[in-house]
Parts: sequence; structure tokens; C-alpha cells
Amino acid sequence: MFDEPNKNNPPFSKGSSKYENPDSVMIGLEVHVQLNKLKTKVFCGCTTDYHNDPPNSHVCPVCLGLPGALPVINKRAVEAAIKVGLALNCKIEEHTQFYRKNYYYPDLPKGFQITQYDFPISSGGYITIEGEDGEHRVGITRAHMEEDPGRLVHEGTIDKSKYTLIDYNRSGMALLEVVSEPDLRSPKEARRYLDKLRNILEYLDVFDGNLEGALRVDANISIMGGQRAEIKNISSHKGAERALLYEIVRQKNVLRRGGIVVLETRHFDEAREITMSMRSKEEAHDYRYFPEPDLVPLKISGWAPAIKETLPELPDARRMRFVEQYGITDDHAKALTSELKLAIFYEDVAKKADPKTAAVWICDVLKGELNYRVLTIDSFRKEHMLSVIGLLASKKITEDGAVDIIRTLLDKGGSPDEIVAEKGLLKVEGDIVSTAVDEAIKENPQAVADYRAGKEKALNSLVGAVMKKTKGRADARAAREVLMGKLG
Amino acid sequence: MIAKKDLEHMAWLSRLELSDNDKEKYTPKLNSVLDYFGELDRVDTEGVEPTYHVLALSNVFREDEVNMPGKSLTQDEALSNAPKKQDGFFKAPRMM
Ligand SMILES: [Zn+2]
Repeated sequence: MFDEPNKNNPPFSKGSSKYENPDSVMIGLEVHVQLNKLKTKVFCGCTTDYHNDPPNSHVCPVCLGLPGALPVINKRAVEAAIKVGLALNCKIEEHTQFYRKNYYYPDLPKGFQITQYDFPISSGGYITIEGEDGEHRVGITRAHMEEDPGRLVHEGTIDKSKYTLIDYNRSGMALLEVVSEPDLRSPKEARRYLDKLRNILEYLDVFDGNLEGALRVDANISIMGGQRAEIKNISSHKGAERALLYEIVRQKNVLRRGGIVVLETRHFDEAREITMSMRSKEEAHDYRYFPEPDLVPLKISGWAPAIKETLPELPDARRMRFVEQYGITDDHAKALTSELKLAIFYEDVAKKADPKTAAVWICDVLKGELNYRVLTIDSFRKEHMLSVIGLLASKKITEDGAVDIIRTLLDKGGSPDEIVAEKGLLKVEGDIVSTAVDEAIKENPQAVADYRAGKEKALNSLVGAVMKKTKGRADARAAREVLMGKLG
Repeated sequence: MIAKKDLEHMAWLSRLELSDNDKEKYTPKLNSVLDYFGELDRVDTEGVEPTYHVLALSNVFREDEVNMPGKSLTQDEALSNAPKKQDGFFKAPRMM
């Protein structure tokens, strides 16, 4: 038997830690990433474009594990794995090869999974996340290649169903298993790590996170005084945070009652948001790994320099550039680069408008409105953002008017100019404001008296009256100035 | 030394049902295999590059092209040998 795979990583500095981590929470994540931007599966020519098709309609002798079928590795899958390894600051190994991991489960047609073991394609990297106490480095033990098992469909819940239905369309999809060190200290850090990893993968264009089953997580978690539990079947970053929060409470309760937290595998029930013991009889080292005789070793570390040249600008680098090049705040740059599409959207707008105004309106307004409607940036056109910023810059509309336009575009469509005309959002100035101010003063003698008596706040109700008279189309700041002028 | 208990564990992992008679027969056989590896262990391999793989080849790839080298099967073909199926799925007893 072999020892556990390569745990010897180069040490990395963690900086001084202010976060005290009261329960000594240690979380390590194993993230299974589907390289779903490839055209074909990892060891056969079946398409990866199966998500809307009937079960078992994209399978072949290789991914069904029929006798005599031979796997041949997809070259682009190897290139994608190297790309990810480099982006995660890993070393690309000189010699890498595949193993059979033997176990019986209906999602594995061959009775084993082709995976990697002591010679993973890359190892010893890190991801920097926003931690509990600022920047936090999370070690990447290794990122290794493997094949995806099939998809199981249970009638009812997993513990109650009588039988299992199996769809092998997913079987043989190229997976990368990204294994972290137990450097995460809270469920929040785990979620941020997943967000960051997903963000990097999307920048690399190897992964579409919106497809079902694109990213699956197993989490190892322990707290002070107990052994670790492995939680399986987490399918989203939000799920990970909830599963871990639940698990910390469960483990604390066990310890508080004088019990022992045992080493075990637990299943996360996403619907009920609880974890359940699997009582698995198979122990980890019973997989009887042995070298896959049908796949020859890879010697591909020589590809790394050329692939490194082609790596796109990654989120952290882009964030720093945005701050420098466009003079926007780090918070805005962080928000804009947290999603590749958003970063591209911003940059296209910033090229044609004031970059700081664009950052404010995209981050502080548009993003919030999108989140509220559970929409992505795909639902909003760059040209529309440019018109809104243009209307604001030429002082034709108020900020309230701009928000109204953005909301209307998302809810009903149309164009900014049409909405301005329809809703009468053109800003009023000069005489109209002046008249409204005169009327407001005349109609609110008490507020005027209060203001003159030194109650600054009374001015707000007068501004409110002016806004009401102009149906929100006056600029509040201008109205205030005119009011102050007239009231002396 | 492989005891009867180890043999039963290995058989369970491989989903093999062994009779008591089989167990009596296989235990010494497996032990003799193990003894042979013990003999190999005594060979001096100082300075010899380990054999990672039985083939002296590396870097065999296929291009990322659909239906290359082999074509996908139809759903009917894929399910044609399945003892149990339902709605286009393979059907298996529930696990756990
Ligand atoms: Zn296939």
C-alpha cells in the first residue's frame, strides 16, 4: 500500500494573524471541478454537451466501462489542468500518471475510478482570499485529474429510496480535484475560497459554473477536541457554508454533552440543510490504488512555460490594474473583478465614460438591482449604462431618475431615452425650480420660521416639498442651494 | 501473513462470495504470493530508477474532437445489455 498522497508542500508565509478562531475550526475543501468547456470527455470522444439531453444518450464503450474498451486522454484536458495548476501557483510535476481507485458503487461503471494518486499533475500552490482578518493564504495541496462518475437519481431521499437510477452521460467528464490544506478557519472563509476558486476558473475559460454539477465540494472539518468529519455532496458555495455551520454546531453539541466526535463521513442533505452519518464500511485506504495500465504516464512539465504565457490576467492582477488605471477604490475594483463578465462589462463602459462614475453606478446601483432580481450582468446592455451615465454627466436627469431608468430597463425593457420621455424624467432647472422653491416657502411658514430660528433640519422638509412639486425631477442639492439663497 | 479475516475483508471489497472451503484453499495461496514479494524485497535496488508503469511509453493523447476515436452509442444500444432499466436510466438496487 502507498502512503497518503504527497502532503509535503513548500511552506508559505501566512502573515500575522489577528483572528482568534475560538473553536479552533479547521476546514479543508476538496473541490471537484468539471472541465466542461472541453468539447469531449476526458478519455473518450463523447460530447460534454449533454445537459439538456435524455439519460444515457452520450455514452460509449469507454465511459460505460464495457469490456475491452481503452481510454485515451484528451490533450486539451491536460492543457486545461496545467492552466489551472499554474493559476493556483502550483508546481507542474515532471512525471504524472493515473491510478485506479477501486470501489463498487453504481455511478462507477468499471468498478474503479481513473484518478491520480502519488503523482498528481500539480501540487503545492495557494489561493489568496479575503479572510476573517484580512488577506489570507490558503494552501493548495494538489490539483489532480480524474474522471467524473455517472449521475445517480434516487426516488425520494437517499436514505429511503428503494432503488437507484443511473445516467452515465456525466460519466467520464474531465474533473480536476482541487484539494486545499486545512487552512480555512470558518464557514465564511470556506465560501470565500469557493467564490475565489470559481472566479479564477472562469477567468481561465476552462469552466462554466452555471451548468448543473459543474462544481461539487467535499469538506473536512474539525473543531478543538474532536476528530474530523468529511461532509460529502455539497453542490454550491452557499451549501458549503450552511453545511459547515450546521456541522460546527453539531460537533460542539456532541462535545458539550461529553461525547466524542468520531472520524466519519457524513452526507449533506441540501433540502433539509443537515448532515447525516453515512456509516460507510469502506475505509479510505481500502481503495487499493494501483497504476492504470491502460494509460501511459505523462511528461508534460515542459508545456508549462508556453501555457503560462497564454494565461489571462487573473482576478487579483486585474483588480490592482483597475485601481491604478481607472483610479477607482479597491472595494469597487474587488466587486467588479469578482465576476469575469462584470469586469469586462465595466472595462467596456469605462473606456467610453468617466471610469469612476461608471464604477459607482455599476457596483453601487446596477449590481444591487441585478442581485435583487436574481439576474446576471447579461441582462443589462453596456450601451444602456453608457446612456445613463451620459444623461447624468450632461445633467439631464437626476440620480433618482437614473436609478428609475435602470430599474425600468430591468423590469420592462426599452431604452433610456424612451424611459426618460415616457416618465418625464428630464431634470428641471432654473425657473421651474425657482418657482417650486417660492411655493414651498409660501406653503410651509412653520418650517421657514424654524429654519430662521436656527433649526437646520427644517430645511430638509422644505427640500422635500420642492422635490414633491417637481415630481423628483429637481436636483436635491441645487434645490437646497436655491432655498438657502432665498431664505437668506 | 494473511489471516482468514483479511481474506474475508478482501473478498467483501471485491464483492466475492467465498465458501468456507474456498477460504481454506485461498488463504495459503495468497500467503505464498506474499512470500514471493518478500523475496523480491530482498533484491538490492540501490540506485535503480523505480518502474512507475509497465509500458516504457509516455504522452499518448487524443485531440478534443467529438466522436473521435470512437462514436457514442444510442440510448437503446447503451441499455441493450442492462438487466433492469427505466425511462432511459439503468436501474440498480439502492445502495447503503
Ligand atoms: Zn464515452
